[in-house]
Amino acid sequence: MVTLQEYAQSMPIAWCPGCGNFGILQAFRKAMVALNLEPHQILMVSGIGQAPKLPHYTHGNVLNGLHGRAIPEAAGAKITNPELTVIVIDGDGGAYGEGLNHTLAAMRRNIRMTYMVHNNQVYGLTKGQTSPTSDLGFVTKTTPLGASQPLNPLALALASDVSFLARSFAGDIEHLSKILQMAITHRGFALVDILQPCVSFNHKNTFQWYRERVYRLDEDKSYDPTNKAMAFAKAQEWGDHIPIGLIYKHERPVYEEQFPALKELPLVKQKLDPLQFEALLDEFM
Amino acid sequence: MATDFNFLAGGEAGQGIQSVGAILAKSLSYGGYHIFADQDYESRVRGGHNFFRVRVCDREVLALSENLDILIALNRETIDLHKDELKPGGVIIHDREQTEFADDCTTCMDVPLNRLAMEAAQNKLMTNTVAVGATIRLTGYDFALLEAVLKKEFAKAGDKIVADNIQAARAGFDFARQHTNGQKLKPIDGAPRRMLLNGNESLSVGALAGGCKFVAGYPMTPSSSILEYIADKSLRYNVVMVHVEDEIAAINMAVGAGYAGARSMVATSGGGFALMVEGLALAGMTETPVVIVLGQRPGPATGLPTRTEQGELWFALHAGHGEFPRAVLAPATVAEAFPIAIKAFNLAEKYQTPVLILTDHHLASSYNTVPRFDLKQVKIERGALLSDEEVIKSTDYKRYQVTDSGISPRALPGQGKVLVVSDSDEHDEAGHIIENAATRIRLDEKRLRKLKGLQTEISAPLVKKMPKAELNLIGWGSSYGAIREAIELLQKEGIAANHVHLSEIWPFPTEAVTRALNNKAKSIVIESNATAQMASLIRRETGIKVSGNILRYDGRPISPKYIIDHLKKEVS
Repeated sequence: MVTLQEYAQSMPIAWCPGCGNFGILQAFRKAMVALNLEPHQILMVSGIGQAPKLPHYTHGNVLNGLHGRAIPEAAGAKITNPELTVIVIDGDGGAYGEGLNHTLAAMRRNIRMTYMVHNNQVYGLTKGQTSPTSDLGFVTKTTPLGASQPLNPLALALASDVSFLARSFAGDIEHLSKILQMAITHRGFALVDILQPCVSFNHKNTFQWYRERVYRLDEDKSYDPTNKAMAFAKAQEWGDHIPIGLIYKHERPVYEEQFPALKELPLVKQKLDPLQFEALLDEFM
Repeated sequence: MATDFNFLAGGEAGQGIQSVGAILAKSLSYGGYHIFADQDYESRVRGGHNFFRVRVCDREVLALSENLDILIALNRETIDLHKDELKPGGVIIHDREQTEFADDCTTCMDVPLNRLAMEAAQNKLMTNTVAVGATIRLTGYDFALLEAVLKKEFAKAGDKIVADNIQAARAGFDFARQHTNGQKLKPIDGAPRRMLLNGNESLSVGALAGGCKFVAGYPMTPSSSILEYIADKSLRYNVVMVHVEDEIAAINMAVGAGYAGARSMVATSGGGFALMVEGLALAGMTETPVVIVLGQRPGPATGLPTRTEQGELWFALHAGHGEFPRAVLAPATVAEAFPIAIKAFNLAEKYQTPVLILTDHHLASSYNTVPRFDLKQVKIERGALLSDEEVIKSTDYKRYQVTDSGISPRALPGQGKVLVVSDSDEHDEAGHIIENAATRIRLDEKRLRKLKGLQTEISAPLVKKMPKAELNLIGWGSSYGAIREAIELLQKEGIAANHVHLSEIWPFPTEAVTRALNNKAKSIVIESNATAQMASLIRRETGIKVSGNILRYDGRPISPKYIIDHLKKEVS
């Protein structure tokens, strides 16, 4: 059995003391252990930001790529070797700003991977500028007039027919760990939007602020996460009450499973044989 | 007398000009002829003026000619634009009802193309096939060879389409019987059957034979046909092609695929490559093999989207932030695109770094007859990729282990129990993010050391010397055939010229180029751009300042005639 010890890393951590990322890291490790995944079975792909440093603070295969480009990097790796459990770790800047086009495309395609978006509504690494999910009017050094209307990632995901959509909270490690386990076992693309307080630059959406507002969807027996209309309604809730849990889930064909080339073996395990292409030369004769 | 026969089929987009040219070219190749065919079209789907030139020779031919024997005009504009290119005795094939061209033309052959198409196949779309039939008859060529090509090319469309096309071609052939004036092109007995393909097809087959497993791309002229070719073959062969949301996704997916162990490729043009540049640097930093096909067309920005240029040499050499090793290869001919593609994949994996294949619209879309590729000669070299056994034995694996060559043993994620950690941040040998100055220096130097090995892999330029040469004509990439033929023409005029041609450009073969130019002849660089990029690269790398340049930047391909005409100006 896999133990937490296998996911411990001695590397010094560069996050601010009290950062929401610590809770997310703990939940991540717990989820891996609960799923009995060994570090060599997982591939963590991340972009640039504070959240994307997470792979360095645990164990697994890592591709720490470019800001906003983690999704295509992960997609290339996943299609090459679908046997890898691929988890993409990003922030709201990478997922909903710089890389939004890729996020939308990945949800449409339904490539099997889990997308953890540490959504702290602010740019931490570059020291406190506005993000696509900052509240309306959020004043920062780059937005002295206040931020524009925030993007609603949940509604956007539903509009893209995402096959798994959940939200959790960095302050509730057990809940987040459970949600991650559900996302990783889901056959398809899973978006997990994680509410994450930023102790240095976001003095509004604090741990306390969230604790007073979040409520668990699974405690509401009338909520049906397979009902898209209900999911759309939940996606609009923000302010005094913020739902966390599984928002929406439905099964649909997994993108990489359509490729004839992947029917028998992962691309990476296939022999490279030039002689098989003689018939292509005939076509030009 | 050597055969050098030229056709030009012209008309609006949508009239099937490409089809006329391709079928004609293939029919003539079946008779043992060598073919060079190029295309000229506008950035539109209907209307405008397009043409397809087919040059037919009884010896190897690698360049176009502007002197026509037969002009197949599917509209009036084609006659107006090209009639002056006809050789004495040249013939215009047209349908006077359509073109209303009624000049006192003794060399015109009026074929009621529309009427015959309707009579033979009840299909106006087969006008072009009627024209091919008439052309075949006019040259005295063998109808059976045309029929064989029609059967092969339309096989996928079904028996009815095949039969209708044969009927339409036969109608044109029979009609032209009354006009025929001798047998100009008869099949060559005993000539070997050759492949007829274009630069993109040659490159694509090379990529597949070279082990390419993953392609990602966003359509852009002139590289879309590579994506389409691979996508089509992905239904039957073990390769994946993903049509992505943008070129940024393409390069990053290819890097992800390369990291996970697939030989991966992207194909684009300048605008798409501009979007890929950050990902190119990622491949450099993470030491991930990836092959990038940059099919050049005239810029800047959208430029002339369906035309040709070699204006991105510097861009290919310098694209990417920061310093990292790369190779830049530029195939000179359709035949060479095949081995160059294979070499690109081998170099990318051996040196764990990006490799660029620099082509252009002219090479990408021109058809040429080439001897059948020998797949037995294809060597797949995967470099320092660890075997499963080596991975199992490995303890404390470090993806970026510092070595003398700069090349680190490469394991793949999921291969055994080792962990493969790659980072776009500066990292330590294990792949983890660092800030430490000494580590930065060690890893940066390790990466750049790979250039030394890469340098030894680059072939010397092709050098063809002539006794008492007065000129060194220097070229790179797709201008090879035109320069070679220009040198033959010069020789007939009593002017001897050496040919120096680069198809592997970076790391620059400094010693070999210096040696090739170390003579008293006047050096002239011939290239399709306005700023003489190769000339300045030669100066930068060798210190040699060439005497002159022949440049072309109107979006049209360099031809032997263009070189001769401009050389006279350059020399005088």
